[in-house]
Amino acid sequence: MENRKYLFGIFLILASVVYLIYSSVKAGQEYFLTVDELLARQEEMIGRKIRVSGAVIGDTIFYDPEKLEVRFTIAHVPGDLDEVEAQGGMAKVLAEAVRDPNRSRIEVVYYGVKPDLLRNEAQAIVTGTLGEDGVFYADELLLKCPTKYEAAAPEAGSGR
Amino acid sequence: MLALMGYALTLVAFVLSLYATGAALWGGWKRNAAFEWSARNAMLAIFPLLTAANLILMYLLAYNHFEVEYVHSVSEMEMPLYLRVTALWGGQAGSLLFWSWLMAAFAFAVGLRDWHRDREFLPWVVFFTSLTLAFFLFLNTVLEPPFRRFWLLPSGKIEAYLFPPAGAKAFYPRNGSGLNPLLRHPGMVAHPPFLYLGFVSFVIPYAFAMAALVTRRVDARWIRLTRPWTLVAWLFLFLGLILGSRWAYDVLGWGGYWGWDPVEISAFMPWLTGTAFLHSVIVQEQRGILKRWNIVLIILTYALVLFGTFLTRSGVLSSVHSFAQSAIGPAFFIFIGAMTVLSVELLRRRWDDLEGKGGIPSFFSREALFLYTNYIFISMTVVNFWGVVYPLVSELVTGEKASVGPPYYERAMGPLSAVMLLLMGLATLAPWGRVHWRRLARLMVIPSLVGLAAAGWAWWAHYRAPGALLGFFLLGFVAGAIFYDIFRGAWARHRVHKEPLWRSLWRLFTRNRRRYGGYVVHLSIIVMGVGIIGIEFFQAETQRTLAQGESLTLREYTIVYDGLAIFNTHDGRQVARAEVSVYKDGQKVAVLHPRQDYYIKDQQPMTIPGVYSTWGEEFYVLLVSWKPITVEGATFKVYHNPLVKWLWASPWIAILGILIAAWPERRRKPATARARARRPASAPAPAAG
Repeated sequence: MENRKYLFGIFLILASVVYLIYSSVKAGQEYFLTVDELLARQEEMIGRKIRVSGAVIGDTIFYDPEKLEVRFTIAHVPGDLDEVEAQGGMAKVLAEAVRDPNRSRIEVVYYGVKPDLLRNEAQAIVTGTLGEDGVFYADELLLKCPTKYEAAAPEAGSGR
Repeated sequence: MLALMGYALTLVAFVLSLYATGAALWGGWKRNAAFEWSARNAMLAIFPLLTAANLILMYLLAYNHFEVEYVHSVSEMEMPLYLRVTALWGGQAGSLLFWSWLMAAFAFAVGLRDWHRDREFLPWVVFFTSLTLAFFLFLNTVLEPPFRRFWLLPSGKIEAYLFPPAGAKAFYPRNGSGLNPLLRHPGMVAHPPFLYLGFVSFVIPYAFAMAALVTRRVDARWIRLTRPWTLVAWLFLFLGLILGSRWAYDVLGWGGYWGWDPVEISAFMPWLTGTAFLHSVIVQEQRGILKRWNIVLIILTYALVLFGTFLTRSGVLSSVHSFAQSAIGPAFFIFIGAMTVLSVELLRRRWDDLEGKGGIPSFFSREALFLYTNYIFISMTVVNFWGVVYPLVSELVTGEKASVGPPYYERAMGPLSAVMLLLMGLATLAPWGRVHWRRLARLMVIPSLVGLAAAGWAWWAHYRAPGALLGFFLLGFVAGAIFYDIFRGAWARHRVHKEPLWRSLWRLFTRNRRRYGGYVVHLSIIVMGVGIIGIEFFQAETQRTLAQGESLTLREYTIVYDGLAIFNTHDGRQVARAEVSVYKDGQKVAVLHPRQDYYIKDQQPMTIPGVYSTWGEEFYVLLVSWKPITVEGATFKVYHNPLVKWLWASPWIAILGILIAAWPERRRKPATARARARRPASAPAPAAG
């Protein structure tokens, strides 16, 4: 009798912990997507927390220092590192992505100071949500400089 | 030459650790005392050898021997001496050698204790300690030796080897590449040693637990013997975590103290299981139950310690901490797996010996409440572990690349922490043994009133988020329970012994130091809780670009941008240092100098905040940018972090509490002067109550 009570209690605790983890995962999950994947699953992804990586197209960078608004467009790069290596390394992949007019692209808005590393052919890793207007609203912006890819550290400018 | 000597010393230490492991196993198995003592002596000898090896590496660092690959990778001439020397733990190879050194020091201390009463444990403690040491020394000598030096090959390439390849000439770089600028901070100098001390200290209770299993001496003896080690491990791990978060607050420039980074979590998990262990062993000592559970907890803690070292140092997960990547991952994986399998198999074989005496007497007894807190600690560990491995699981199971961010942890840990606080208060109040819920309910009245007062104060002070109000209620409840229990104890003594109340209080603490030391540690957790609630629920931030003389307001604070100076320093930084005046409710309270240090060689900026700190709040100003505009204009980001100073104050109280609980007891009847000097004393068990 006593034992059964304990088992019931342990079951209850277990169930609530599982539920807590399950619901928190739903709330805190971040999807890692490429630009292609994001556009293919646009409907389903609106409002969810997403991390997407792409090549910064230099001509599209716009910065308003008064409102601290940064806008730019990123082009698709493969998400798989082996694939990147097979195509000749990150620097080459980024350069090609920017030149190729047929690549899928997405516009990014970030409110904050424009990081120094935000320039043509940089790799941007943005975390945020996709708006209904098809614009990606980034809360966090990490940039990697392609030539110093190995040693590059995240730029200060990630807004958290 | 010196580098080679360092390597030779490490190599000898490695061989000795293998010998100690083997001899301890043989001696323990065959009951051969000669081998057992020989194993212990070999283990003792490792410490001086590693001391010499570490001193050599420190010397090489201090005197800029950049021909040594490790020195080149973590140091440079321009760094101040204290940073050059402490770069010993600035990179992977060095920090692993440092780990071994600390482990050897603890092994040394344990080896020297008076084994008279616990002779049968000796070979097995030596075995498990030396085995752990052997693994790390394997990394130090085979996979990651920090003593490799550069050679100029005939082909013109420069590579690092221990011994010169054929035809190679010694190569001397002019300068090193320097420590990652983010790590050049006093907090980062102190953080790894504390964390590592915590890590290695948990190996000792683990070794004793395994010794208890092997020898079937599974009473509470091993727990009593290792209590000081466990307390020390707990404290160092705690201090290491706080130092790390202080560093993040001061250096990473994001206004926060804890980012749920996988590496932070990997240091947090052994602390969670270690805390659970610390509490459940008390139940075993008092009641002779939970024996299996305690063994499970210490195995888990040990495995998580290894896992933590592995995560910090293998670069398997990308995070701010993992600066290096190398091939030590598989080695760690195999070792953790093997040790876990070995330990669990030992536990399985002794399962029946670990039968507890009786069960939990009632739902509201202290032992029951201790058990519930254990469930919560384990639940927290599971939550954290799941978060760390989620990217792997997600990709394996659903094929989707995903991770969980801070919202996951906050949402899951919040309710668990609330339940934990509640249990913390209840366990303070509940007596051992059979307890009726009515008795507990009566004891809860006064602490609950204190909790209500705390929540009322929070309401009055405008800390009005529902979660925060609940939090303040619970913190008040726990604090009330602690002071109420202390008062009841002192009052009872005062009445019975007819002594003044202050003396009763003193006697209460000195006669039962573990319990009351524990209360002081609990108070430190409450103080920390105040800080965490403050910053988690009430942090505010804003940012703006200011021209000189312009101001920016956040809540009752206003900053005025007075000016900016840009200058170069001799250690290779370009510093932009702003001057801002801080006004609170119109009164000038401080002048702050937030700055940005740009490390020219590393092309890395570092943002150092200016902080105005009071017990009520910290006002944290970051100079985010000045370049894109002009020297006259600069962008500032400001944070208002209520109550966070309490978080920084909490470790001091914890240190006090652990000192009270773990200070060696003077032995009543010393056998010999020598034994007394050597023996880590064990305090008598506290009276039930």
